[in-house]
Amino acid sequence: MNTVKATESTLIASKQKINHGKNSFLNRTALGIMYVFLIIVAVFQIFPIVWLFLFSLKNNQEVFNMSPFSLPESPKWENYQKVWTEGNISQYFLNSVTYTVAAVVLTVVLASMVTFAITRMNWKGSKLVLGLFMVGLMIPVHSTLIPLFNTFTKVNLIDNPLSIILAYTAFNLPITIMILLGFYEALPREVEEAAVMDGASINHIFFRITLPMTAPVMATAAIINMIYNWNEFVFVNTFISSDHFKTLTVGIQNFIGQYTTDWGAIGATLVISILPILIAFFILSNRIVEGLASGSVKG
Amino acid sequence: MNKVMSNKKIIALYITPALFLLVALIYIPIVQTGYFGLMKWNGIGEMEFIGLKNYTHLIQDSLFWKSAYHSFLLAVFSTLSLIGYLFISIVLAGKIKGADLLRKIYLIPMLLASVAIAQLWLKIYHPTNGILNNILVSFGVENPPAWLAEPKIALYAIIIPIIWQYAGFYILIYYAALKNIPESLIEAAKIDGATPIQIALKIKLPLIMNVIKVTIVLAVVGSLKYFDLIYVMTDGGPNNSSEVMASYMYHKAFKGFDFGYGSAIGFFLLVICLVITYLIRKLTVQNDDIY
Repeated sequence: MNTVKATESTLIASKQKINHGKNSFLNRTALGIMYVFLIIVAVFQIFPIVWLFLFSLKNNQEVFNMSPFSLPESPKWENYQKVWTEGNISQYFLNSVTYTVAAVVLTVVLASMVTFAITRMNWKGSKLVLGLFMVGLMIPVHSTLIPLFNTFTKVNLIDNPLSIILAYTAFNLPITIMILLGFYEALPREVEEAAVMDGASINHIFFRITLPMTAPVMATAAIINMIYNWNEFVFVNTFISSDHFKTLTVGIQNFIGQYTTDWGAIGATLVISILPILIAFFILSNRIVEGLASGSVKG
Repeated sequence: MNKVMSNKKIIALYITPALFLLVALIYIPIVQTGYFGLMKWNGIGEMEFIGLKNYTHLIQDSLFWKSAYHSFLLAVFSTLSLIGYLFISIVLAGKIKGADLLRKIYLIPMLLASVAIAQLWLKIYHPTNGILNNILVSFGVENPPAWLAEPKIALYAIIIPIIWQYAGFYILIYYAALKNIPESLIEAAKIDGATPIQIALKIKLPLIMNVIKVTIVLAVVGSLKYFDLIYVMTDGGPNNSSEVMASYMYHKAFKGFDFGYGSAIGFFLLVICLVITYLIRKLTVQNDDIY
């Protein structure tokens, strides 16, 4: 960590060109322009989603003949009822929940065990194993798709939810270990030392002492995993063929095909598919923000 | 203590399940991809060894190079957009009111499924009923383009929602990094009379250079393997004008049943991603001494 040294030299360099002029009017105008700019970006980010919600409550006449900014005359909640009961949306929804939960639990438990073994236990290959997991971050899913398809076909896991859950787990282990790593390294060793003195076994230490202490970071990692799994598309699209095993992302893709002209129904389907994540975000936004940041910055 | 914490059996027990999944579902498949690339194979029947034919064909395949060029364009635009994200983050991190709320609004598209985003933008770009052409018509544009149906525009029309999707993610990363800079450094520079622009360029940017490096790798590699929006919005069309490497691989293997050639493309994609990651890290290594 030569941060301080480096910045000192940067500071000295920047001292050469000192500008003492301060103009509060100019500063305030600049701030105003900045705000306008930031708000325009925010509108650009959020407006398409608001528009989606608006047209999910309209009928075609309102969508096509009225201003896209107009509110629906009387909200057509029946669009939601219709797509939920017609077709398989509720089944897709249930599948998404099942695969997501199963893969998240498996990933977080396995990643915790690996991170514990790497950060708390002493052995020669720990750096190498950690390296293997970290290189996994750089490997494109598409480069593994054909062999995975082939292997799953051979072992009868094609069109089987297990293929999806295993694939999600394997591909999310690297990022999850990365998120857990910093937290584990910062955990004090005294508690574990005391437990060893008392004659506790490693399993006892891990499951009863360390794991509960890491609950906050496990929650963060679980949420990041949940977002990835809920939104995943390629694996389900490739490995699953029966309708009753499909998830929302692939299901809505097919479902929308039947409703090419009914924008209200399409809008309602899309809103149903994104709502769980949006609700999670409103409740847990700080944790999600932390997790996304810590998961990527450490690379 | 050391003795208990060096228990080989327990270590093996803790790492084996995860390591097994990693090796079985990621490492063995990437080796197999290279191997399948040497085969003539329709995915169901027998494989026939044809040596490097798939790879030599790949080098001469103008459609492949077209899709590689599109992936490259996507990488260039994604990397350029990082400059905008960095600027926004510097403004946001400058202790302004509402920064937290704005940052969260920016992030929302990142949370949504690519398929939902793709369907939504299909509606935005719809030639007659889409919101974009509605707005253009209300401003007096007589014949607005049919965005995704025009070969010259389609790729760019998809790059915009991709940039939209990831904006919040990169802003978040930069924001977190900028917030980690010790306040005292900024204060010292202010006392010396440095302007906000000088502080941004000479103090903040050098200090987060490592994070910028990581985001460049993420943006470039992420672009090279990008697939979802393209698959749903145009499926590479019209007339291959928005085909990228990953969608080309998917078409060859899972729609054209040429799994050998698809594998060769997949292997090429892997090599290119690893080489570019390595090169970017190598080229920017002089900044390592800051951290």
